[in-house]
Amino acid sequence: MSSALLSVRDLHVDFTTYNQTHKVLKGINLDIPPHSQIALVGESGSGKTVTMKAIMGLLRQPLARITAGEMYYDGRDLLTMPDKERVALRGTAMSMIFQDPMTSLNPVFTIGDQMRTILKYADRRLGRTRSARERKVRVLEVLGQVRMRDPERVFQSYPIMLSGGMRQRVLIAMALLSEPKLLIADEPGTALDVTTQAQILKLMKDLVEERGLALLMITHNLGVVRETCSYVYVMNKGVVVEHGSTADLFAAPQEDYTKALIAAVPRLTGETRFGTVEAMR
Amino acid sequence: MAHLSELAAEPQRLSNAYQNWYRFSRNPSAVIGTAIVIICILTAIFAPLITPYPEHVGAVVNFRERHLPPSADYWFGTDNVGRDIFTRVVFGMRISLLLALVVLATAVPVGTVLGLLAGYYGGWVEIVIMRFTDIALAIPGLVMVMAVAAVLSPDLLTSMIAIAALWWTWHARLIYSITRQTRVQDYIEAAETLGASKFHILFREILPNCVSALAVKTSLDAGFVILIGSTLSFLGLGIQPPTPDLGTMVASGAAFLPSYWWESVLPGCAILFVSLGFNLLGDGLRDMFDVEDVR
Repeated sequence: MSSALLSVRDLHVDFTTYNQTHKVLKGINLDIPPHSQIALVGESGSGKTVTMKAIMGLLRQPLARITAGEMYYDGRDLLTMPDKERVALRGTAMSMIFQDPMTSLNPVFTIGDQMRTILKYADRRLGRTRSARERKVRVLEVLGQVRMRDPERVFQSYPIMLSGGMRQRVLIAMALLSEPKLLIADEPGTALDVTTQAQILKLMKDLVEERGLALLMITHNLGVVRETCSYVYVMNKGVVVEHGSTADLFAAPQEDYTKALIAAVPRLTGETRFGTVEAMR
Repeated sequence: MAHLSELAAEPQRLSNAYQNWYRFSRNPSAVIGTAIVIICILTAIFAPLITPYPEHVGAVVNFRERHLPPSADYWFGTDNVGRDIFTRVVFGMRISLLLALVVLATAVPVGTVLGLLAGYYGGWVEIVIMRFTDIALAIPGLVMVMAVAAVLSPDLLTSMIAIAALWWTWHARLIYSITRQTRVQDYIEAAETLGASKFHILFREILPNCVSALAVKTSLDAGFVILIGSTLSFLGLGIQPPTPDLGTMVASGAAFLPSYWWESVLPGCAILFVSLGFNLLGDGLRDMFDVEDVR
């Protein structure tokens, strides 16, 4: 498993509130090989987002503390590397797609301004130099890659002038700006209507496949998992309860929790009965 | 059909700057306010060229022509020592605008920076800055300004210091509340994630979100500062004679009311004119930016 792009070993995270300690992650193991599409599923509060934040290095210290475990990106130890190198990895080697297109863009700057600033900072961290002109060319190129029909217009638009789906595509474009190898998506498109969400997921899948990226999709939506990911990790109460290829896991779930999760997916046909995973608590 | 689609696409191509200008120019109070403010600023700058008797600014006496009503020679009449009131009003306008400029140029940046720091960092920084602000705001403004002005010697500089010492608190409060709302937005977190410096986040991400509210507040404030400065002079705590100040002129003319009404009413109208201009401009900007909770 040392060939993995990202590997997480026995990760423990504690949260301390009012002198009380909560064990939120209790030994997570996760492997993301290059060019793979991995899903991390589980109900709200299962620790998906905390896992993602630990990977990105975004946990709020000292509120949250990594008490045990190891994380390697491309063979480099993420937990012991200096802060400066860690920051340099963010947004360049590993990028994150934000989930809410309404609040993730600064309303007072045009899309072009914001994307050029991101690129400027990424370049500075990587020690690259690029002229303002070249930066604009790169931004327009990426906007084209996320299938904006008129990149020049989007470049000059303020966020309020774009629809939710377009804004989500801008967020994807932002994550792709400096050609990351690992893309992390936290509940992408949950703020959008189903049709638009389906388009966004299709776009993400295509982009990841075309460019040979690795994708870590964090979601509670099993339909999304089935369509976009090849391998699934199921989380509950801070541990990975089951993992396996998407096909196997959906065909023959081993754990009761996974079965309950699959049974809880609302269906359009047949009797309308909303299952819950309440029984598992 | 090609023509039609081109026409439909055309409005999209208008630049953002032009759209802002269009909205501004369709707003009557903004346009009238701007016109008044520009007139005031131009007369202040070119005061020695416009006024008929520039020498009347100082301690000149001409008792033969005292208390003359408005006429073709003396547009606003003359005062109790025979000086042209129009000349003195124009030069007084100069002082009032200078006062507003200096006060706002110090109070706005100070209040803005303190508000940003308090709103962004929270904790002790917030407690120290915002509790101090609350205390300062709890004391009636005019009383506070009068107290400061009375302790120091009364002149133009003292008025500026006294008003600026009070005024930054309003801006600190305004910027603080906007910063608190903006700080929790995802794009701030995204910027932090990317390792943007605190300076970048405070001044390049959050501050631009405050600009519209700041512009509205500052232009409304210019009118109030001029009013407070005139009040100080009226009470004898501000600018001292013979320097022409609108407040001082209203005060000295008040002794001769109602028979020689022009000596206090016309300088009073000048105060009204200039603060009305700034208020209309502020209201117009507020309509344009659609900013709430300023004031």
